[in-house]
Amino acid sequence: MQQSTTPAAADADAPMAAAAAAAAASQQPSSSGSAALHAAAPPSASGNGMQPPITATAAATAAAVMPVPPSGQNDSTTATATSKGSSLSLTANTAPAAAAAPPSTAASLAASSSAAEAADYEAEHVHAVYESIAPHFSATRYKPWPVIADFLTSLAPGSVGFDVGCGNGKYLGVNPGVHMLGSDRSASLVSFARDHGGAERSQDVAVADGLALPFPEGRADFAICVAVIHHMSTRERRREAVRALLDCVRRPSAGGDGEDGGQILVYVWALEQSNSRRGWDESTEQDLLVPWVMKQKKEKKEKKPKTKKTKAGAAGGDGEEEVVVEAGNDAGGSNDPPPPADTTYQRYYHLFRKGELEEDVEAVGGKVVRNGYDKDNWWVVASRCSS
Amino acid sequence: MKILSLNFLTCAVKACKSTSGSYPLHPKDAELVEDDLEINSDLLLNVMTRIDWTALSTTATELGFPSLPAQAPTKEELEGDEKMLKDLHHLLMETQMMEGKLVCGNCGHEYAVREGIANFLLPAHLV
Repeated sequence: MQQSTTPAAADADAPMAAAAAAAAASQQPSSSGSAALHAAAPPSASGNGMQPPITATAAATAAAVMPVPPSGQNDSTTATATSKGSSLSLTANTAPAAAAAPPSTAASLAASSSAAEAADYEAEHVHAVYESIAPHFSATRYKPWPVIADFLTSLAPGSVGFDVGCGNGKYLGVNPGVHMLGSDRSASLVSFARDHGGAERSQDVAVADGLALPFPEGRADFAICVAVIHHMSTRERRREAVRALLDCVRRPSAGGDGEDGGQILVYVWALEQSNSRRGWDESTEQDLLVPWVMKQKKEKKEKKPKTKKTKAGAAGGDGEEEVVVEAGNDAGGSNDPPPPADTTYQRYYHLFRKGELEEDVEAVGGKVVRNGYDKDNWWVVASRCSS
Repeated sequence: MKILSLNFLTCAVKACKSTSGSYPLHPKDAELVEDDLEINSDLLLNVMTRIDWTALSTTATELGFPSLPAQAPTKEELEGDEKMLKDLHHLLMETQMMEGKLVCGNCGHEYAVREGIANFLLPAHLV
């Protein structure tokens, strides 16, 4: 773990506003105040699978009111940004490219011809990013969300289930009375997940794609999938991912009350988060590239906390944050080459509007058991139908 | 990866899943390690009904363990048989496959296991 030099990153409530400011600083050094958040169209959403993803920039108003960190003073500026807790709001920038990337509709459902391109798009804007940011991502994610922890601790002893997209494995050991097998598309994150409980209590994990899971049909008591399906770039693929989860769990017995089957718990990022620092709402483009900024640690800086923790519950949860993390000089070795400049990685997200997740669950034969909104995320617990 | 987990893994190729040959996966060149873990009786007693006993028997034999009883012990039998509980704990929870391959009996694809982690990402021609 590389926590020693990343106190800001270790804070799950790491400031989004700071990330925006830093993103602005790294991409707009002239302090124009126009942070480069990209609204990108996934292949199918462009309406033409042969087109490369379209990128549109949207002005981030927060960047205009936030102090943009002068180079060399990133640390103090980061702290300032945190304490202000400003929210980032994407203005409705009507760049032509944005207009060409309407929210997903039936018309944008992937034709089979573009399925490979959607996969390629996710390989670049999801898989490669997580491989690159895995240590820093993992260091910022350690606290289970209560709804998910409650779901897991309520399972009967001896239950067996899967955590699809387990990331660094923070849910694998929540309930020691059940057996969980984690999977993730990122081999780097899977390595973290294996060791999440310490070397003495290794977790069972595998590298697997959410659309080609190595789990037998109808055997599991449960499957959770947290902050994963919003990385799928077409609605067809999102629904296939839900279907793959449902396929893993037991069907309810025929003629029963339908409650004795296995259950899945799915969390996705919400479009409606006007109370979050990001300030997104129903008018926001649903398909976005969200920056992950890895700032380079300045050698001469002291290693001390640079941010204050925000109030519990104030953050959007640690699954989905734009975070400024500091890399470098913690790997030991004085022969390291000079650190590269700050690096911004763009992760693709589909923001779910209210009701959309439930539609996707029902479209693939799932039955919603309960659902809700939790800190900028929509979640649903669902089961299979009995026949 | 614990032997218990092998009971819940199959081939990632869609066309294989409905075939009987794809489950269980067959260990090949397996390197096992033995952990020393405290028995979690609550988990073990209740996990028995979830286990595919025939598949577990196959896996155990292929890994060189003594043959399992033909029938899975019931929870009650297990509660009264400390030795069997201990043996199952050893097989399911304490034994880990660290290196080797898991082979699909249907398509023949070999999934590598390294440092206890199996990799189920498929080559393009199998997706």
